[in-house]
Amino acid sequence: MNLFEVLEQAYQTAQAALEAAEDTATLEAWYADTLGRKGAITLQVRAVGQLPAEDRPAFGKRVNEIKQALEAAYTARAEAVKHAELTRQLEAGAIDVTLPGRPVTPGHLHLTTQSLRQIYSIFGRMGFEVYDAPDVELESYNFDLLNIPEYHPARDMWDTFWVQHVRNSPTRLLLRTHTSPGQMRAMRERYPEPIRVILPGKCYRYEQITARSEHQFYQVEGLAVGKNITMTDLIGTLTQFTAMFYGPGHRMRVRSSYFPFTEPSIEVDMDCILCGGKGCRVCKYTGWLEIAGAGMVHPVVLKNGGYDPDKWSGFAFGFGVERPAMLKYNVNDIRYFYGNDLRFLRQF
Amino acid sequence: MRIPLSWLNDYVNVKDIPIQELRSRLDLAGLEVEAIEAIGYPEAELPWDPDKILTAEVLAVRPHPDADRLVLVEVNYGGAENEIVVTGAPSLYERKGESGLHLKVAFAWEGATLYDGHKEGWSKTKLKPTKIRGVPSRAMVCSEKELGLAEEQTDIIYLPADTPVGVPLVEVLGDYILDFQVKGPFGHLQSVYGVAREMAAIFRRPLKRTPVEAVQRLGLRVVEQPDFAYLEIADPDLCPRYTATMIRGVQIAPSPLWMQMRLSRAGMRPINNVVDITNYVMLELGQPLHAFDYADIRPHPGETQPTIIVRRATAGEQMATLDGELRTFDDEMLLITDGGGPVGIAGVMGGLDSEVKAHTQDILLEAANFNFINIRRTCQMLKLTTEAGARFGKRVDPELALVAAARAAELMVELAGARVDPVAGDLYPGKPEPRVIHYSPALADRVLGVAIPPEDQLRILAALEFRVEVTESLPIPGNRDHGDVWRVTVPSYRMDVSLPVDLVEEIGRIWGYDHFPVTLIEEELPPLRRNVSLEAEEHIRDILVSLGLDEVIIYSLSDPEDEARLHPDPTAKLDLPGERVMLKNYLSPERSQMRRTLLSGALRTAWSNLRFMERIAIFEVGHVYFQMREPDDAAPDTGVDEPRRLCILLTGPRQGRWYAPTDREMMDYFDLKGIAEALLRSLALEDKVRWAKGQHPSFHPGRCAVVTVEDRELGVVGELHPLVREAFDLPEQPVVLLEWDLDVLLDAARQADAEKKIGTISNYPPVYEDLALVVDEAMPAAEVQRAILDAGRPLVTEALLFDVYRGEQVGAGRKSLAFALTYQSPGKPLDERDVAKLRERVIKLVQKQLNATLRGA
Ligand SMILES: [Zn+2]
Repeated sequence: MNLFEVLEQAYQTAQAALEAAEDTATLEAWYADTLGRKGAITLQVRAVGQLPAEDRPAFGKRVNEIKQALEAAYTARAEAVKHAELTRQLEAGAIDVTLPGRPVTPGHLHLTTQSLRQIYSIFGRMGFEVYDAPDVELESYNFDLLNIPEYHPARDMWDTFWVQHVRNSPTRLLLRTHTSPGQMRAMRERYPEPIRVILPGKCYRYEQITARSEHQFYQVEGLAVGKNITMTDLIGTLTQFTAMFYGPGHRMRVRSSYFPFTEPSIEVDMDCILCGGKGCRVCKYTGWLEIAGAGMVHPVVLKNGGYDPDKWSGFAFGFGVERPAMLKYNVNDIRYFYGNDLRFLRQF
Repeated sequence: MRIPLSWLNDYVNVKDIPIQELRSRLDLAGLEVEAIEAIGYPEAELPWDPDKILTAEVLAVRPHPDADRLVLVEVNYGGAENEIVVTGAPSLYERKGESGLHLKVAFAWEGATLYDGHKEGWSKTKLKPTKIRGVPSRAMVCSEKELGLAEEQTDIIYLPADTPVGVPLVEVLGDYILDFQVKGPFGHLQSVYGVAREMAAIFRRPLKRTPVEAVQRLGLRVVEQPDFAYLEIADPDLCPRYTATMIRGVQIAPSPLWMQMRLSRAGMRPINNVVDITNYVMLELGQPLHAFDYADIRPHPGETQPTIIVRRATAGEQMATLDGELRTFDDEMLLITDGGGPVGIAGVMGGLDSEVKAHTQDILLEAANFNFINIRRTCQMLKLTTEAGARFGKRVDPELALVAAARAAELMVELAGARVDPVAGDLYPGKPEPRVIHYSPALADRVLGVAIPPEDQLRILAALEFRVEVTESLPIPGNRDHGDVWRVTVPSYRMDVSLPVDLVEEIGRIWGYDHFPVTLIEEELPPLRRNVSLEAEEHIRDILVSLGLDEVIIYSLSDPEDEARLHPDPTAKLDLPGERVMLKNYLSPERSQMRRTLLSGALRTAWSNLRFMERIAIFEVGHVYFQMREPDDAAPDTGVDEPRRLCILLTGPRQGRWYAPTDREMMDYFDLKGIAEALLRSLALEDKVRWAKGQHPSFHPGRCAVVTVEDRELGVVGELHPLVREAFDLPEQPVVLLEWDLDVLLDAARQADAEKKIGTISNYPPVYEDLALVVDEAMPAAEVQRAILDAGRPLVTEALLFDVYRGEQVGAGRKSLAFALTYQSPGKPLDERDVAKLRERVIKLVQKQLNATLRGA
C-alpha cells in the first residue's frame, strides 16, 4: 500500500467515525483524533518527506482537500448533534398539558346588577335617564299623592312596612312598597320640563317570605311626561323593551287593569318563555306571563306632580327585576337573590 | 272571588264560548281570571264521562233477596230497559218496598271513573261489573263524594225534580268556577250580576234579566217609617241608606241542593235557608244583607215599637259579635243599635244576641249602605275580616239596597215559606245626585293615540249602561279638543267613574287594547342628563370585580343584635353617625332595623358561605340608613339620610388549592390594602389618600387603618377583632374588612379626574439605587416614603419599600427601611454626579425631618 492509499484509507475511517458520532463528547474526541495536533489526518502531512519529490505537491494538495472536507463535515455534524441533543433535552422537560391551570379567581357582578344594567342600557337608548329616589319614603309620596288615600281599598294592593317615628320627618314614614313615589319626586323636581326617566330601586313588602315572594326586591319604574304622549306610545315603548330584553320574536298582549295612579291602566303580557304559550304551571295555564304593569298617568297624579293634566299627559310603567332573570335562568326560588349564596351568584 | 259559570249563565248566555277564549277575553278587558276550576268537564280532576255518567230516575226500591242492608233499585236512565242497581244508600234503603217513585239521581255505568266513596281522600276507581250477594250489578247511583263534589261520603245525590232523564250529568251539574282577581275599589264587580253585566258588554250580548224586577214582582213599597219598627240614621255621613224589610213566618230548614251547591262552589258554607238566602243574594248582587231575629229587636225603655238606630259608637262601648267575641269600639265605628244597645257592627258583623236561630219566626232584613272608608277602617282596627265588610269596603251602590232586599224576600217566600210585609222602611239621606261627565270623543284619541270612531264609543258606553246625550257644543274648561261634547250620565253602580279619562278607559278596554297600533314617542326629547353618581357607582363595581371580588346585595333590613355584636364589649355601642330607623311592624326581629353599617351583613354572608367554601372575597355597594340629626336641605325630605357605602370582606387562603403548592397563607390586612390601593389607583387617588393608624371597636387593635382623602374621612380598613369574629361564629382565621363612605370616595374621584394631567413619559435611561434608612420604630413607613419623594422631587420618580429590618445592627427601638429608588430625568440622561447630588439632598433632608440615619453609615 503506498502512502496515497494509506491517506485515502485514513480519510474513509475518519468519515465513518464522524458519521457514528452521536453526542458532543464523541464528536470532540473525533476531532482531536482526526484533525487535532496529533490527529490521524494531521499526522499524514509528516509522511510527505517519504515521498518522491514529484509526488509531494499532489500528496500535499490531497491532504489539504481531505482536511477541508472533514472540517466541513465536522461542522455540519456538530450542528446536527447539537440540535438532536437540544431536542432530547426539551423532550425530557415535557409537561402534562391537561393538568389544571394555576388558580385565578375572577369576580362576579350580582345577577340583579347585571339585569339592571341591561335595563338601563335599553331605556337609555330610548332617551330615558336613571333617576334615584329614597328607600325610606313619606307616606304621602308612596300613597296619598299617587291617588291612594288612607283606608282606600287600593292600599290593600301593598302590604307595607311602617317606620317608627323619626325625629325630623314631616309625616309618617314607610319603606317604599313600589318605585312609584319616584314619579312624584321626578315630576316635582323637573317641572316644567318634559320627562323621560326610569326609577330603579329596592322595594319592600310586609309579606311572608317564600320561594315566590321576598320582603325585599328590585323594581324599575318608567315615567314619560310630555304634551302628546299616548297609550300607543306606551305600548310601543314596552314592545321595544321586550324585544331587546327578552329577544325578538315574542308575542305580546295588552290587558286592561287597575292601578290607582294610572288611568287607563294596563298590564302587558308576553308569551310564556317556559312553555312557548301552550300553558304551564308558571303561567297559570294561560300561556302568558305578565311583564309589566302600566298606564297613562292619572290626572290627579299629574296635578300633584305640578303638571296641568289639560296640557300634559304621560305614561308610567313598572316591573320587577328578579322575575325576568328567574325565568331566563330557570331560578325557582327568589330567595337566592339576596341570600347571597356565592355558589349561586358565581354562576352569572 | 269564585263564581260558577252556570250562575253567570242565569244572566247572560255565554255557554257557547269555549272556556279558554272566555278567560282570555275577560282577562283582556280587565276582569282578571286567576284560575279556573272545572267540575265534570274534561279539564276537571275527575271528568264525568258523558256516555257513562248520566241523569236518571229511581222508580222503585225493592228488597235484596240475600242481603239485609242492601236494596235493589229500579232506575230509568233513558235506555230501552230499566236497570236494576244494587245499593246500600241510606235514603233509598229507607224507601224499601216503595214504587211509583220519580227520584232524580246521578247514574254511572260500568267503565265510568269515579272517586272511591269508601276511602279516605281522593282515590279514583273504575266501575266494574260485579255480583253483590248473588245479584249482578253493572251500574250505580252516585254520591257527592264519588263525583268529587264533597269530601264526606254521606248519601247519594238527588237532583231537582225537573231534571231531564238520560242526559250526561256534566250538562246538568258540570261547571267551571272562575276565580276572579278584582283589584281596586270595584264594588260593581263583586257579584255574579256585576260580572254578568260586564260580560254582556264584552261579548256584546243582552242581559237575560235584571234584579230590579224582584221589587216589581213582590210589589214592595217603601216608607220612611214602617209600622213594624222605628228607624233612624243618627250619622248620615257614614250611612247613606238604611232599608228594613219585614219577613214573617219563616221555616228554618236546609236550603235546596242547587242553592247549597252554588254557595259551596262560590266558597261559602251552607247553613240554613235564611242565612243561605242572605249570602246567596250578597254573592249574586253584591249587597251584603243582615237578618235580625225580629223578636230580639228591643224598643226604647217605656215604648213598644222596636227601634233601629244607626249611630257612631261611644268610645269603649262593647258588644258580642256572631263569632262569640266581645268587641270594644271607638267613637268612629258605626253601630246598628236597638232600644237596648248595639245589635250589630254596621256593615261588618251582626251581634250574637239578635242572630237568626232555629226557632226564629220573624225576620227584620237589613239592606243598607255604609261609607266604605269607614267600614275599612273599622275592619282594620278590629282586625276583623268578613264577606260583608270586604264588599262594603270596595264601595257598594246605595241604589242596590232595596233591590237586594226584594230579591232576598222573594227567595224567603219561595224557599222558607215566608210572608213579606208589602211596605218596607227606607231611609235614604245620602241619595246621590246622578253623576254627569262632559266628554269629548276626541279625548279618546288624545289619550289612547287611536282614533276610535265616535259610533263605536257610543256603542261601548251604551253597553256599559252609560247614558249618552249628544247635545249642543258645551264648553269644557281646558278642553283642547274641538268638536262634539257628550253629556254622559254614569250608572249609579259605577262609583269608580268620575272623570272624562275614566270614560276613555272604559272605551279603550272594551274596544280592546290588543287592536292598538304601536307607536314611539314623537315628543321633543327632555334635556338629556347623565346620572353621574350612578355611573361612578357602576365604575366602582367594575373595578372591584376586575380585582377578583364577588358582588353581593344584602337585605337592608337587619338585626339590631347583629349591630350590637359588632362591638366586642357587650355593654358598649358603636358610635354610628345617626340614630337607627326601626320598623313598626316587622316579619321577625332579625329584620326590624334599617342597617346603619354594611359590616354585619358582610359578616353574615361570610359565615353562611364558609360552610361551603374556604375562600371569600366579596364586596357590597349599598345604602345605610340613619335618622338625620339636623334637618338638612341637601338631604332627603324624609328625615332619613341614606348615604352610600362600600364594604369589602376577605377571608380564607390567598390562593385556592392546586396540584402543586400554592400560597395557602390566610389573607390578611395587606391583601385587603392591596385591593384598596388598586381601587384608589384606578380612581387616580393614590397620591391623595392618607393611611393612618386607626381605632374602631370592631377591629383588631393595632391592625386597623383610617383612610382620609383630602381631609375627608373615607373609612376604615382592618382585621376583625377576634371577639367580634367569635360573636359572628366565624372560624379562627383573619377576617379583613373595609367600610368606606362611597360618596366621599366618588367626590374625590370626580375631582381627581377633573384635575388629571398626563405626566411626562421619559425615554432617558433611569438609574436605580437602593437606600436604607434607620428610623424610630413608631415612624410610619408611608411617611418616610413621602419624605424621600418630596426631597428628591422631581428626579426621584419612585421609592419602593422592599425590606424592613429590626435587630442589633440598627439598635433597640429603631428599624431599617430599605427603598429602591428610581432616578430619571425627562430631559437628559443622568450621570453619576447628578445621582450623587440627588442622593445627598435626599439623605440630608430625611435625616433632618425624620431623625433618620443612613444604614451602615
Ligand atoms: Zn307557561
